[in-house]
Amino acid sequence: MDIKIKITDRDGVLHEVDAPTDMNMNLMEVVRSYELAPEGTIGICGGMAMCASCQCYVKSEHELPEKSDDEDAMLAEAFNVEDNSRLGCQIHITEDLEGLEVELAPEEV
Amino acid sequence: MIKTDILIIGAGPTGLFAVFEAGLLKLKCHLIDALPQAGGQCAEIYPKKPIYDIPGFPEVLAGDLVDNLMEQIKPFQPGFTLGERADTIEKLDDGSFVVTTNKGTKHQAPIVAIAGGLGSFEPRKPQLENLAKFEDNGIAYMIKDPEVYRNKKVLIAGGGDSALDWSIFLANVASEVTLVHRRNEFRGALDSVEKVQELKNLGKINLITPAEVVDLMGEATLHTVVVEKTDSKERMAIEVDNFIPLFGLSPKLGPIADWGLDIEKNAIKVDNTLDYQTNIPGIYAIGDVNTYPGKLKLILCGFHEATLMCQSAYQRIFPDRKYVMKYTTVGGVTGFDGSKKEAPKAVVKAIN
Repeated sequence: MDIKIKITDRDGVLHEVDAPTDMNMNLMEVVRSYELAPEGTIGICGGMAMCASCQCYVKSEHELPEKSDDEDAMLAEAFNVEDNSRLGCQIHITEDLEGLEVELAPEEV
Repeated sequence: MIKTDILIIGAGPTGLFAVFEAGLLKLKCHLIDALPQAGGQCAEIYPKKPIYDIPGFPEVLAGDLVDNLMEQIKPFQPGFTLGERADTIEKLDDGSFVVTTNKGTKHQAPIVAIAGGLGSFEPRKPQLENLAKFEDNGIAYMIKDPEVYRNKKVLIAGGGDSALDWSIFLANVASEVTLVHRRNEFRGALDSVEKVQELKNLGKINLITPAEVVDLMGEATLHTVVVEKTDSKERMAIEVDNFIPLFGLSPKLGPIADWGLDIEKNAIKVDNTLDYQTNIPGIYAIGDVNTYPGKLKLILCGFHEATLMCQSAYQRIFPDRKYVMKYTTVGGVTGFDGSKKEAPKAVVKAIN
């Protein structure tokens, strides 16, 4: 089953996309599958919470799984971090996330 | 000038395995890597993480995979230029290439294989105005010679191991050490965290948390760093001689992007129908750094690409020779160091 997710890309453009819940995907991979950020600028570490290239701001009120120690540590070192920052690679796509709204954080240069 | 047959840029798993395949063809390799140790991402980013898709290894730690590869290629005596980044490439009249690193080390080879992974690891820089202005005028992202900081006022930013370790080390070298971190919690080896606590209690490290560096001031050289407390938004101007932001490393394709190679999606386009050669004959790209239709950034794919690259390199170096592939089970492995590994011979002997 697919859920709808609203993703604002780094240029401020809003995309409403379908994300499958049955393909073991995370939010970073959804962004890459729709090519909403250029390859090589997102998911650089491959989803190990070891870079912050998939950082996003969560705009809706969804209850997300708690941050792991790895994610927490990475966000402590990342730039442009806000209270609602998360790493997309650590957000697993489940049915509970129907209607999720996120915005991609700027690319680190 | 370092001379070799195949100059490999990047000492990650793909580059290391290329040494083995080249060795079977009696081709010598030399590797350049910007990191101070071999292993690439496996050693730098995730040495303790398990990998499950290396054929024949149900589970292997990334660091162990690198150790195994180093063991496997040892007979072929690869040369290493570590801690230096390949910066420029030049083609000579005889068709060979000269690659020069950022430290001026020159390497010459008829074949260049770029196994650069995600690129070279560069320090992550905080986003501050004036940052570039003070680089090398008070700001450094790496500590090369700690003596530079003797009796200086130093401010370190960051919350990981390197920020902790250098704060500890410089506490006995610099006249003043200030450590600024965005959180109250530090993440590093327990020993280091406790040591920083101890030095803070002794007044040898001035710890400011949770806080961030927000501004830099000075004329020609850095003079003052402005730190803002995250909770109270209170700002304090701290006089310093040196500011060392230690926010880890992030990979950048770097100077290779300017070598005239076809680049697509931050990766080097290669011919995947044949030999992973780039648009410049004699320069190959293998592993995560390349792209072609259907590309997968997997270590196991890098191994395959390295193998085919070596065959093509052999034909370029010896256009008149015909190479017939031989199984290691049949031919064994003869190292450049004189070592020989081979399957034990069966005997033909009557049993009476």
